[in-house]
Amino acid sequence: MNSLIFRTVAPFLTAVMLAFSIFVLLRGHNEPGGGFIGGLIAASALAIYGMALGPDVARKALRVHPLVIAAAGLLIAILSGMMSLAYDVPFLTGLWAEFNMGRDVLTLSTPMLFDFGVYLVVVGAVASMVLGLEDNEEESP
Amino acid sequence: MQSLPTPPGQWLVLLPVLIPLAGAALLLLLRQMKLLQLPLAVLIAAVTALCDFVLVMRVAESGPQAMTMGNWLPPFGIAFTVDALGAGFAFAAALVVTIVLLPLGADAPDRARRDGLYPQVLLLLAGVSGAFVTGDLFNLYVWFEVMLIASFGLLALGRQPMQLDGTVKYGFPNFMATSIFLLALGLLYGLMGTLNMADLIGASARADKAALAAIAALLLVGFGMKAAGFPLNTWLAASYHTPPPAIAALLAALLTKVGAYALIRSLAMVLPDARVMLEPALAVVAVATLTLGPLAAIAETGLRRLIGFLLIGGIGAMLAGLALGTEQGLAGAASYGIHAMLALGALYVIAGLVEKLTGAGDTRAMGGLLAMSPLIAMVFGLALFAVAGVPPLSGFWPKFLLVTAGIDRWLATGDMTALALWLAVLLNALLSLIAVARLFAHVAWRAAPLPGFAPQGPRQVMLTSREERMVLWPAALLVMGLVGLGLWPEPIMGFGMATAKALLDPAAYIAATQLAGGSP
Amino acid sequence: MNAAMAVLAGLFLSAGIYLLLSRALIRMLLGLLLFGNGVNLVILVAGRLSRGVPPIALDGKLPLAGAANPLPQALILTAIVIGFALFSFLLVLAYRAYQSLDADDTNEMRVAEPKGGPEPPLSY
Repeated sequence: MNSLIFRTVAPFLTAVMLAFSIFVLLRGHNEPGGGFIGGLIAASALAIYGMALGPDVARKALRVHPLVIAAAGLLIAILSGMMSLAYDVPFLTGLWAEFNMGRDVLTLSTPMLFDFGVYLVVVGAVASMVLGLEDNEEESP
Repeated sequence: MQSLPTPPGQWLVLLPVLIPLAGAALLLLLRQMKLLQLPLAVLIAAVTALCDFVLVMRVAESGPQAMTMGNWLPPFGIAFTVDALGAGFAFAAALVVTIVLLPLGADAPDRARRDGLYPQVLLLLAGVSGAFVTGDLFNLYVWFEVMLIASFGLLALGRQPMQLDGTVKYGFPNFMATSIFLLALGLLYGLMGTLNMADLIGASARADKAALAAIAALLLVGFGMKAAGFPLNTWLAASYHTPPPAIAALLAALLTKVGAYALIRSLAMVLPDARVMLEPALAVVAVATLTLGPLAAIAETGLRRLIGFLLIGGIGAMLAGLALGTEQGLAGAASYGIHAMLALGALYVIAGLVEKLTGAGDTRAMGGLLAMSPLIAMVFGLALFAVAGVPPLSGFWPKFLLVTAGIDRWLATGDMTALALWLAVLLNALLSLIAVARLFAHVAWRAAPLPGFAPQGPRQVMLTSREERMVLWPAALLVMGLVGLGLWPEPIMGFGMATAKALLDPAAYIAATQLAGGSP
Repeated sequence: MNAAMAVLAGLFLSAGIYLLLSRALIRMLLGLLLFGNGVNLVILVAGRLSRGVPPIALDGKLPLAGAANPLPQALILTAIVIGFALFSFLLVLAYRAYQSLDADDTNEMRVAEPKGGPEPPLSY
């Protein structure tokens, strides 16, 4: 992809898509959206970045290996389920905490944490797969 | 939706899955610490095995254990229900993984380690344990896929052309098999309105028999392909000899057994009427697998491919037990599963050593193993004869159960199917013995390679002390287990009989599931 | 509607199987994809299609009468997610196999099982 326009636009596009993916992730709580969709959007943002500037640049921009992101997500998802151990309820039972923020009520819950874990797993796994496909020489899938 | 509090002890049901899953994630996070990976992986697998052992004891003491995810009451929530069969298989699987991790660490190339060898092994263990402990058919599908992804990665690790070839031939049929399984699940849900195993047992008695038979046939095709039953077993012979021996040991020990487990679970316990209807088909598959596996092994000269065919013959024994369907038959199938996990794990690891010592992968170019290393020859021979079912090794007792089951059923009912299965098990024992004895004679007794066949690689006369410690001793440990279970068969036979009783009378299983998370 | 969807699922499945019978890896991949989508359609139809109310229960109330069954959709979503992961793995694998074996025809992929080895020894 050696087009000047694409290379110029790609970083902005990536930034917008990453922000949008977070929006979709948080929106998923009560409306269509969620961790999986958000993760896919974020992974496609990284894929565009990799296409425009090369997979190695994209890897460097990520700083950590994509699979490490996925592993962190998996741990977060498991921990969100383990929290119910403290309340004598089965694994993955939804726990809720409400914070009064004046005008609004902020609701935090373990399903949201779980969704965040799913988001990271999807971003990491899909990004590592896509960046592997973008490599032309023999590199890890 | 108020329910009783869940005691922390009940979490034991989840641990066989959660520990390796979290462990895999942890190892990925610590991927920079290369020296820590192997010890941590062994530790995690060992802790999993320990939890499985406690679970086995608990199930033996107080019956099946269950937990429902997220407090959604069954049959709507996903339930994990562990009975004797699941706990026993999960324990054997974790044990084999713990032991085989050592040879895996000894000869894994650096590149494989960088590509996440140990996390994938633990992911495989999580998938396998999940399949053994889940009480929900759809959840079983999910664990199948987890297992499949991990096994893809392990098979292709290192990416030699031969491995890629093998993985392609492994991947497509197995993906197809899980798709067919999913198709059966969709139809089953349409027919019954539930996919919880305990709930299905009751519902299946009232369901339309013809539709049930069609769904069970789809399950037979899907699981049968996973279990490598004839005629859907060509993928195994095409792929299991391609990865490094220790990886092949893991896959051979775990994957096909999960397929056979799923067949036993779904047909013998969940849909018993369908099993009766499918009995002729099951019997044909079992007889063909029992006889053709060792026949192919006799004709094969590649050492690890030959072991693959022996493995297929063993799957036939499990299928024969399921086709017989009596208490003894199922006991034989279940105990054979445990034996096969230990035996094949050991056999592939030792085959790797034998190939290193003789410098060849082809039995015609081997020879003189006995002179080179009597110890390795003995361990190799014991593992081989255990797989063939020679007394006093562990393979004998499950086959003994199967033979008695066949003859008993034939005498009681005059059923020709039982007679055919009985003959096939005996024939399998004979053919396996011939294959194994020939193999041992060629590799160990014959003084030198056949004229015209030179070893492709250099012969390595001595094992390094690292190889001895990390490859030979773990394999010898597994073989000692095989000898031990052969001389003292009470645990494995008792496990088989308890399992069969629980499968044929699932009242306790249903009770455990419904009670999980409080009464509805 | 149910009958039409069942026919459509059948078409998907048969097209998938037809493609899977091909020798070209890329067609087999597409076949697996079609087969998987056919299976998802089967699950959807098996859960009974209804033109109804969304299955959303408001605080403490039961869902409205005639609500659609959400479970098949949850099953399909899971199946799609997992199928997606497996499919992308197979895609990468097929690409790598094509690169290193220089073949996308399964008949020509004979590295693991070479053709025409000599006979096994006929003595003991």
